[in-house]
Amino acid sequence: KSSVQTIGEEQIQNPYTELLVLKGHQDIVRFLVQIDDCRFASAGDDGIVFLWNAQTGEKLFELHGHTQKITAIAPFSSSDVTEEKTHLIITASADRTVIIWDCTSGRQVQKVSCFHSTVKCLTVLQRLNVWLSGGSDLCVWNRKLDLLCKTSHLTDAGLSALVELPKNCVAAAVGRELIIFRLSASSNGSEGWNVLEVKRLVDHQDNISSLVSVNDLTFVTGSHVGELIVWDALDWTKQASECSFWDSSVHPDVQPEIKLSQSPNETSVQHLTSDEECVFAAVGKGIYVYNLQMKRVIACQRTAHDSSVLHIEKLPNRQLISCSEDGSVRIWELREKQQLPAEPVPTGFFNMWGFGRANKQANQAAKKMQENTPTYFLDLVGDLIGHSSAVQMFLYFGELGLATCSADHLIILWKDGERESSLRSLTLFKKLAQNGDL
Amino acid sequence: MISAPDVVAFTREEELEDDLYREPPLPEEYSVPLFPFAGQGANPWAKVAGSKFTRDFILISEFSEQVGPQPLLTIPDDAKVSGTFDLNYFSLRIMSVDYQASFVGHPPGSAYPKLNFVEDSKVVLGDSKEGAFAYVHHLTLYDLEARGFVRPFCMAYISADEHKIMQQFQELSSEFSKASECLKTGNRKAFASELEKKLKDLDYTRTVLHNETELQKKANDKGYYTTQAIEKANELASVEKSIIEHQDLLKQIRSYPYRKLKESEFHPYEPECALDRADVGGDQDPAASDPSEPGETHLYTHVPSYTPKLIKAKSAKCFDKKLKTLEELCDVYFFTQTLDQLHHIERTFRGDVCYLLTEQISRALLKQQSVTNFLFEDVSFLEEKPPEKQYRGCQGLGQDAIDEKCSEDSLAPKVVISLGSYKSSVECVPIKMEQEMEDSEEPKMSESVMSEHQENLDYLDADIKGSISSGESIEVLGTEKSGSGLTKSESQASLPVIPSPQVGRSKVGSRRTVSEDSIEVLSTCPSESLIPEDFKASYPSAINEEPYVDDNEGGLRFAPRLNPDVDDGQDDISKQESLVQVDAACCIGKESPNFLEPLAELGQKPCEEDGVVRIPPQPYRPAEQGLRGGFPSHDGISGGLLPYELDSRYLTGSRELSKSSLDECSDSMSYISSAASTCSDRTPSPAHLACQAGERHKKRAGQNALRFIRQYPFAHPAIYSLLSGRTLVVLGEDEAMVKKLVTALSIFVPNCGVYAKPVKHWVTSPLHLVDFQKWKLIGLQRTVSPAGVTALHALSRYSRYLSILDADSKTLRCPLYKGTVVARLADHRTQIKRGSTYYMHVQSILTQLCSKAFLFTFCHHLHLPISEREPEESVVNRRINFLKLQLGLANEDIKIVQYLAELLKLHYIQEPGQGRHPLLRFDYVPSFLYKI
Repeated sequence: KSSVQTIGEEQIQNPYTELLVLKGHQDIVRFLVQIDDCRFASAGDDGIVFLWNAQTGEKLFELHGHTQKITAIAPFSSSDVTEEKTHLIITASADRTVIIWDCTSGRQVQKVSCFHSTVKCLTVLQRLNVWLSGGSDLCVWNRKLDLLCKTSHLTDAGLSALVELPKNCVAAAVGRELIIFRLSASSNGSEGWNVLEVKRLVDHQDNISSLVSVNDLTFVTGSHVGELIVWDALDWTKQASECSFWDSSVHPDVQPEIKLSQSPNETSVQHLTSDEECVFAAVGKGIYVYNLQMKRVIACQRTAHDSSVLHIEKLPNRQLISCSEDGSVRIWELREKQQLPAEPVPTGFFNMWGFGRANKQANQAAKKMQENTPTYFLDLVGDLIGHSSAVQMFLYFGELGLATCSADHLIILWKDGERESSLRSLTLFKKLAQNGDL
Repeated sequence: MISAPDVVAFTREEELEDDLYREPPLPEEYSVPLFPFAGQGANPWAKVAGSKFTRDFILISEFSEQVGPQPLLTIPDDAKVSGTFDLNYFSLRIMSVDYQASFVGHPPGSAYPKLNFVEDSKVVLGDSKEGAFAYVHHLTLYDLEARGFVRPFCMAYISADEHKIMQQFQELSSEFSKASECLKTGNRKAFASELEKKLKDLDYTRTVLHNETELQKKANDKGYYTTQAIEKANELASVEKSIIEHQDLLKQIRSYPYRKLKESEFHPYEPECALDRADVGGDQDPAASDPSEPGETHLYTHVPSYTPKLIKAKSAKCFDKKLKTLEELCDVYFFTQTLDQLHHIERTFRGDVCYLLTEQISRALLKQQSVTNFLFEDVSFLEEKPPEKQYRGCQGLGQDAIDEKCSEDSLAPKVVISLGSYKSSVECVPIKMEQEMEDSEEPKMSESVMSEHQENLDYLDADIKGSISSGESIEVLGTEKSGSGLTKSESQASLPVIPSPQVGRSKVGSRRTVSEDSIEVLSTCPSESLIPEDFKASYPSAINEEPYVDDNEGGLRFAPRLNPDVDDGQDDISKQESLVQVDAACCIGKESPNFLEPLAELGQKPCEEDGVVRIPPQPYRPAEQGLRGGFPSHDGISGGLLPYELDSRYLTGSRELSKSSLDECSDSMSYISSAASTCSDRTPSPAHLACQAGERHKKRAGQNALRFIRQYPFAHPAIYSLLSGRTLVVLGEDEAMVKKLVTALSIFVPNCGVYAKPVKHWVTSPLHLVDFQKWKLIGLQRTVSPAGVTALHALSRYSRYLSILDADSKTLRCPLYKGTVVARLADHRTQIKRGSTYYMHVQSILTQLCSKAFLFTFCHHLHLPISEREPEESVVNRRINFLKLQLGLANEDIKIVQYLAELLKLHYIQEPGQGRHPLLRFDYVPSFLYKI
């Protein structure tokens, strides 16, 4: 019997009552990236990049240029004061090329194919007006695609993640190491840049799988064996770490049913996201909320999905969306548990229970674990079922809805049916007025 | 479907009695079969007493210059059809009412013979002895060898039912005009090539003569001419003259006023034909009329080389030569096209007038509902093919082709009423009206025009016997009243106006005016209703006024009682005009494009009293009483929209029905209760062939649906699923059974666009989300194979988007339904027994739903705040209140209307160019499992 919480067919709080299926890709769609308020790009294993209108679902452009699957994509908006704002995207592919596309014209702007290995990550440093590509080495480019500088060969496997840090620094995840690089203008020329390795952090036991910057002072890394480390972004010291929070065995209180089998895949930190207070981690099939201030996990859903959670995102309204290999997208709400009169509480590090009110056992467990600090839980408020295969990623467009991409080659735009309906009414009356019928 | 023509006869019993008074007490056809042709399928109501033919047919006759009027062919070409009917005699009749306005010869002031491009004349003619009534379409073809170059022909649609001819006059006229146009186009082509040949002959003759003259000149050096030489010279001169004349004729025929083609009156005949004509037309446009134009030579390049012959000085006596056949006159291609068209006409007007009318009415109404009709109706016929008839038999709507054109190009109708023309018509009136007044006891023409439009609308009550003046054709009137005889030029101006009031006023009594000499022309009509340019020019104001007039018209037509003063009475005259216009349209068929103009309706605020009446053509809530009767669709009509429908003529007309639908009887489907239908074998007359299949499909679907609602107690939630846009999957092992269920349920599926219904009858592969977007009703195979398991798995995965009807275990899994609409739609205790009747019942309820959805969609303040500051909640409240209180919807019915409204919105806002992105709307509602 699956221990995954289900919500049933009645989902009052789920606003997504309308969907549009966007067809175009011929292989797994892995990336979605927002270009501006109403456009996004999708890319995947077929090497094609599509530009879509998020409101109408209209296919704007179909960008052909890569011959192999796309490995990284990043939006790159020019911030030139003189020109009007142009929207570019950079894509890197397994064919060892990087292409810059113009989103307005749908044309290829430039193409670089001098890489020795596949570029696995791309980061744009808007402030410096440069972008970085990470493969087996780290390269720094300007907008004209001049190679400004590069590091020596770092690893065969390639950089898995890059994140921008303050003071012209970047953190790169290379295997189990975290390397901090600093970019500095070279002394001899104005255009020249140097990239210097500043520090190597080797605290992780296994490959670093995710890297996210929380704010100017902190960034977080997660590894394949479920370690979560919070770093100081200025002096690169470890502020806190959480190494086995997936392990329920340390908790005598937790029911044995929800004990997880410990396969490496189930403990891998697949994705991290954060707001000012918390870091949200997709670990295996579960979702964990780690409070930075309290330095502990405040809520979790150990089996949020039937299989690995691939992507999570925090919404402004205390909601959390997760998507998983099981093909579903779930919407969670972080709720504060009604505080009961204080009882002597075991001061365990882990004070969480995985299940919403619906679950009796979890409630029973919860009763045993009252504590005087506010407690939270993740409540399932809705799920979106549409894809027939793993949902790779999603993009939250606020009012416009939610775009999800999947291994079934489809992109689905989920929309608020009420809003769409009233928008259509508006359009209708506009058209009536236009035709002079009103 | 708005109307239920097949129930009319059963619901009009009192009128049957009324009708019987008029007829001999016991019709003899009750006792003995009247004639052998009645044979099978005849029924006591067949109106065969007077007529000697079994059903309507088309006759083509010629007034031969050699033997006089003679019948050429009939359509259908079947001796049985015309029976004992004397075609020769009737040919004489119909040809004798023709007039030849064509003048070929030397008009004063012109040196050469002139071809007149004569308009066809259209008359209605009755022959009480033969029991035949005919629409007669005269046309003139050119033949170089004929006297005056013209050969008069006529095509006649002959029917025993006079009402049919009168009421379908416009349709007949337009259809026959197409046929005639096709004939004439071919004829012009043939004539031109004939002229070419003749010119070559003449040219050759001239050369020969010239040579001979030269020879003679040389031989003769005496200085004077011999008589022979003079003769030759004369001959040469006459040949030269003849050449010039023929050249002129050729020029004329080529410069045929193709401006006509551009006018709305012209109906492109058939695509192929149009193409062909384009070819011809290209050469014959004014520019090309210059013989030196290259375009012209191009046309005749394909004419096979022709060896000129010497032409004798004296032409053969006209009786020596054989006249060309019609086929030769018109070019084989065009001739066959014309025959096709005539067959098409025959098929179109086959059947009883009652059926034709209801069909037309419902189609016209449907066409009006341009915003909603796509939902449940098969609108393909509205779009693809110009429907043959459009309600104008009774209401004087424009011809379909014109309707289309008008809506597309918004061409102004050519004849519109302006104040001036109205006045002039009044002036003309007394000439004829005196006759009329005696009959109908109406004091004055002018008054009659102003008299309540009620009467005008009810004009159909009248037995239209009154002679009707026409412009271009001479009217041959009933003998007693053949007092007038307006010449063409006089009556032209008054033409649009005069006839109608008379029609409106002539009362039933006038039937007795049938004259003993047995020929009466019931009405004549201006042929192409083409008005010379100079006339048109004199009515510029009319065109400007047109929309206004039409506006009135709409109101008048549909709500004569509810809404009598449509315009605020600013001036009576304009009102009169509008009235007149209505009537004028009845008879003359000057089209009123706005009647079918969708946007004009949209323009009105649907909530306004006025608008409500005009926009949804259904009565507001007739369903309650309609259901009790079991024939709601009929009630739907009689609920005040079409008052004339209560008229008795339906019954009289229906007597002819079984006879006219002889052909259909054989292939009509079996009904579950044959007892219920003594004469119910009257299958609908085939409006067009394409419709026939649809008709049969409807019947079958209706039958299956009836069975479904009787068999399955959970029919209601299933139907609710379909109506609210939730995909219903019919799951079963047996393909036939699943398909049957799908067919049954398909009548409840709203269309998403103008394309085919979103119904998939049989699928064997697992379903995917995309399928639910595309299809709203799916038949799915249940197998035990792994693929079947996947399919079932997919079903359970996507269960929130689906209702699943398991045909094998007879279960249904779908959301709860507690509304009332579906209960009316699918009452398992319904008394309806026939599939087609049930289909219509469903359609009528669905149409009501559509109108509700329409109101809901197009009420501005239900969707947008009235003022800037109004909060969204109050708009939502207003919306809900409207649905609940105003539209009287309960519970889940709201969802149905909301879904339909959503479809309407999508349909309306869709830009024509871009395809719509199919979207799937759904609700998060729990499902329940229903079992038998």
